[in-house]
Amino acid sequence: MMKHIVGIVALAVLFSSCKSPDKKTLPIYGNRQAVTKTVNGQTVTDTVYQTIPAFKFVNQYGDSITNKNLEGDIYVADFFFTTCPSICPVMHRNMLDVYNTFKNTPGFKIISHTIDPKHDSVPVLKSYADKLGIAGNTWWFLQGKKEDTYKLSESYLVRKPQEDAQQVFIHDGSFLLIDKQHRVRGAYDGTDPKQVSRLIEDIKTLQTEYIK
Amino acid sequence: MRLIVIIGVLLSGIILIASCQSDEELEFSRYYTSGSVIYQTRCMYCHGAKGEGLQLLIPPLTDSTYLKTYKQKLACIVKYGTKEKIKIAGKTFEGKMYPIALPSVQIAEVLTYVNNSFGNKLGVVTTEQVVNSLARCDNQQPY
Repeated sequence: MMKHIVGIVALAVLFSSCKSPDKKTLPIYGNRQAVTKTVNGQTVTDTVYQTIPAFKFVNQYGDSITNKNLEGDIYVADFFFTTCPSICPVMHRNMLDVYNTFKNTPGFKIISHTIDPKHDSVPVLKSYADKLGIAGNTWWFLQGKKEDTYKLSESYLVRKPQEDAQQVFIHDGSFLLIDKQHRVRGAYDGTDPKQVSRLIEDIKTLQTEYIK
Repeated sequence: MRLIVIIGVLLSGIILIASCQSDEELEFSRYYTSGSVIYQTRCMYCHGAKGEGLQLLIPPLTDSTYLKTYKQKLACIVKYGTKEKIKIAGKTFEGKMYPIALPSVQIAEVLTYVNNSFGNKLGVVTTEQVVNSLARCDNQQPY
């Protein structure tokens, strides 16, 4: 374990020292594996990064949405529920800034997973989106089997949503930035306007990675 | 030395002005200051730092006419929540507000804060007024 940590730190130092100060790159989060294979008789080592696994949900329009619908997209993900009395309103007030900045940008999406699918049916999600002033296909509110959503949340490195004694959901209000290869590139506190401004800047940085 | 004298004169000036505040003004600032802390911990996530609300999901607290018209009802809405359709600043809101468990004195403080922030200037709401309002709520069960 210690060896791994030392290795990761050494790698981080190595990478950061290579970075030129004017060109910022976002880190890649999650597990990574070195895979050695033979290409044209030569041995090459590739790094395989952790990615968001396949999923299947339904959006606020009743359309089936899978990971394939996000192919080639940079996206921001969060977990919420429409009747949340505590942090969800502030999260989505801040997410509106992200939405308004990028809503006309092709290849960008926001997905909000409800963790209360029993209450948050498709019509409830549609009404929520309407009242929030969301139209079109930039911001999807996704609903599916609770176990699937909970399981997926683990791959986003967020704390798994938990229920307390009163069956009120607790979640940590994170916004996750996912790149076109579906790797986690950033995690932000969605209740903090300053961190959400940084998210907006990081999305712009990430977009430049794909400009050839 | 001169600086100390200047500071001393300034300080006594401030104390003099402060002591000139009438009892009502003192009461107001006490309610308002406590109310601002309660607002930040209990109301701000939904209604926003500037009382701006959230689109058509959560009403703003900037409509002085509404606050004035429903003055008697505000304490009831805080204590028991509401699921009534309401019209605020020309927009209709149909959502639910959850009951906020606060003692009457804190309801008075937070209402004083809201009634005198975000462009509102409606004066103090006393604990006595809140107790009176609460005795006459249409609904006395939390939603």
